Amino acid sequence: MASTTTTQPIAAGTLLSGSQILLECLRREGVDLIFGYPGGVTLPFYDAMYDHEIQHVLVRHEQNAAFAAQGYSRATGKVGVCCATSGPGAMNLVTGLVDAMMDSIPVVAITGQVTSKLIGTDAFQEADTFGITRPATKHNFMVKHVSELPRIIHEAFYLASTGRPGPVLVDIPKDIFQASSHYQPVDSIHLPGYKLYTEGHTGQIRRAAQMIWESERPMVYAGGGIIHSHAHDELKELVELADLPTVNTLMGLGALPGNHRNFISMPGMHGSYAANMGMYNTDLIIALGVRFDDRVTGRLAAFAPHAKVIHVDIDPSEISKIRNAELPIVGDAKKVLQKLNRVMRELEPEMRALKSNQRAEWWNTIRGWMEEHPLKHEFSIDQIKPQHLMAEINRISNGEAIVTTDVGQHQMWAAQLIRYDHPRLWINSGGLGTMGFGLPSAIGAQMACPDKLVFTICGDGGFQMSIPEFATIANHKLPIKIIVMNNGYLGMVRQWQELFYNNRLSQVTLDSFPDATMLAGAYGFKGRTIDKPEELRAALEEAVNEPGPYFLNVRVTPTENVYPMVPAGGAINEMVLTPPQPVAVA
Amino acid sequence: MLQTLSLLLENKPGALMRVVGVLAARNYNVESLTVARTIDETLSRMTIVVDVESKVRAQVVKQLNKLVNVLQAQDLTEERSVAREMVLLRVRAEMANRTAILKEAEIFQARVVDSSVEGFAIECTGDPEKLDEFVDLMRSYGEIEVTRSGLVAVTLEPKKLRLASPVPMGAAEEEEEQQERVLSK
Repeated sequence: MASTTTTQPIAAGTLLSGSQILLECLRREGVDLIFGYPGGVTLPFYDAMYDHEIQHVLVRHEQNAAFAAQGYSRATGKVGVCCATSGPGAMNLVTGLVDAMMDSIPVVAITGQVTSKLIGTDAFQEADTFGITRPATKHNFMVKHVSELPRIIHEAFYLASTGRPGPVLVDIPKDIFQASSHYQPVDSIHLPGYKLYTEGHTGQIRRAAQMIWESERPMVYAGGGIIHSHAHDELKELVELADLPTVNTLMGLGALPGNHRNFISMPGMHGSYAANMGMYNTDLIIALGVRFDDRVTGRLAAFAPHAKVIHVDIDPSEISKIRNAELPIVGDAKKVLQKLNRVMRELEPEMRALKSNQRAEWWNTIRGWMEEHPLKHEFSIDQIKPQHLMAEINRISNGEAIVTTDVGQHQMWAAQLIRYDHPRLWINSGGLGTMGFGLPSAIGAQMACPDKLVFTICGDGGFQMSIPEFATIANHKLPIKIIVMNNGYLGMVRQWQELFYNNRLSQVTLDSFPDATMLAGAYGFKGRTIDKPEELRAALEEAVNEPGPYFLNVRVTPTENVYPMVPAGGAINEMVLTPPQPVAVA
Repeated sequence: MLQTLSLLLENKPGALMRVVGVLAARNYNVESLTVARTIDETLSRMTIVVDVESKVRAQVVKQLNKLVNVLQAQDLTEERSVAREMVLLRVRAEMANRTAILKEAEIFQARVVDSSVEGFAIECTGDPEKLDEFVDLMRSYGEIEVTRSGLVAVTLEPKKLRLASPVPMGAAEEEEEQQERVLSK
């Protein structure tokens, strides 16, 4: 059989093993890096990899392979690839796949399956990966014959990366890796049932432009879709053209630069006062690549009650799923915005003056809200406030660093208080809210962007779910700055127990945190713990100046809560701005 | 309300599972589901009746259309269409009732497919309401056992089948490169 060490395309008709065909298909898809973990049934694939130039990052748990692939994808926009063996390996990927599904991240997962003849016999390390991952993926495949392999692999990449992106899994039995076949390159993808709606209806786009110019209190509500479709320049153009106030969702932070004068903040449960009041009082929501998540809308009946909705989304099923759209536009955000901006300009001469007074008044109101209740940076002289930590990271990052997080209080503070001046800097588990996401996704992001400053900010809970990846970080000498915002609690759960369960703290105390210097030292890199506000700046600078990985464990005020807060099921205009004051005893 | 859907889908492994899975995951109650190959043996036709609130009707169709193997999902609830169901039932019949049962069957244009000392096996097709009446009627004659096929429906206003055309390999790559260029600006 031919060797596959070369970068040259392999000629049609060459006799190859299934493993070699897979590697050639990955090469054609431009894959130079996969995150994985080998096992029994993927042995033939890993054997073929031995002679191949593709880079493989050996993670320490398959779940983290899926998260690292996501980190790679979220940082670059390219498809992230992960690989696991049958049974337990594939099952460990599932959380990472669902996470990618919820946030529409293009990931291709390759899993090994037991030999075809053994399927259905409860063989060693057999699991029904195809069945179990069906709802965890945008689409999945099981390869039945080696000749199908090229078609399926290219279909998988096509499905993952086009339309609304998402994870796709390909399950490959061991005998398919081993079988040989005359390689036939695929020259086209034919998925007759896979309908893409990218262009946007011209008439609807014209009506949208009209509605935007006619509105008195417009609000752009932009999300992850802008980032997926690389539409940030077009968004900026639209926002500047009609001077539109803009909120970015948790998934959309960086879509409009954080330092842009039209950027208000993030809306929703822990969004700013101005963002939520803006959403409540607007008369026109221009929803771009968003899905009216419950964490944004709060109680639906009280969400933007005076507003009409223009909803642009590439996925028709998102339109009017949660909130009825008066003007739906199904299409790719970039293409739609390009057209919309053109029509906006066309109409500008006759329309600009139409509502200019009302618009100016709207901006005054919004600026008033922003000044009245800014997102506060808390400081204390004897404890490090979590907000202080984020403010210091923000100072160093200055809108340019990649920041990955887990889920919880630290995630919300990092979203509120760290600025993101470009898309793809802010990487976090939004929809699924998965603990343990931050560290492995930072591995993917740093592998993809070796020259960028990458922070991963974790809580002490989520961090302990992914400690094994210290080994991967050490192995590859990845200069990730691992910051643990350590409050000794599962902070967000504790916050809810305090606020909604009479402060009955049930199973949220995290004692026995490892010594940071010793833990990092055990893996051969530097680490330390700090707990004094005056140490913070120097410690962060030391971390950033360290050429290798650095683990900084920051002891923060244990009982600090995230505000503002819209309690679950509450109305967005009734958010709680500050902690309830203790009642004075007479 | 009951919503009748007609699906044309690729006859591929897992296609049925995907349809059923999405209905279950989205919390739509399935009343009946029938599936069989079409004349083109690479395709299957499925008729599904779901019980959903009327405001999510459009959502159900969109969710099904999103499946990669589904070529077309159509809501027939308010369209001009013909819907039929078949019931096979066994009815225990006393000697005294046998003639009466045969007469009733005739009224419903049902066919006796087996006759024995115990009673009859009868097949009947029609719209579901008519079958409900037939089943109720038969029950009044004695113990019955019923198997229903679930609804099959055909639209009388076929919509044009819109299929994705083949995409040359590399088209997506080129677009990606273009996007990268934009990014690096």
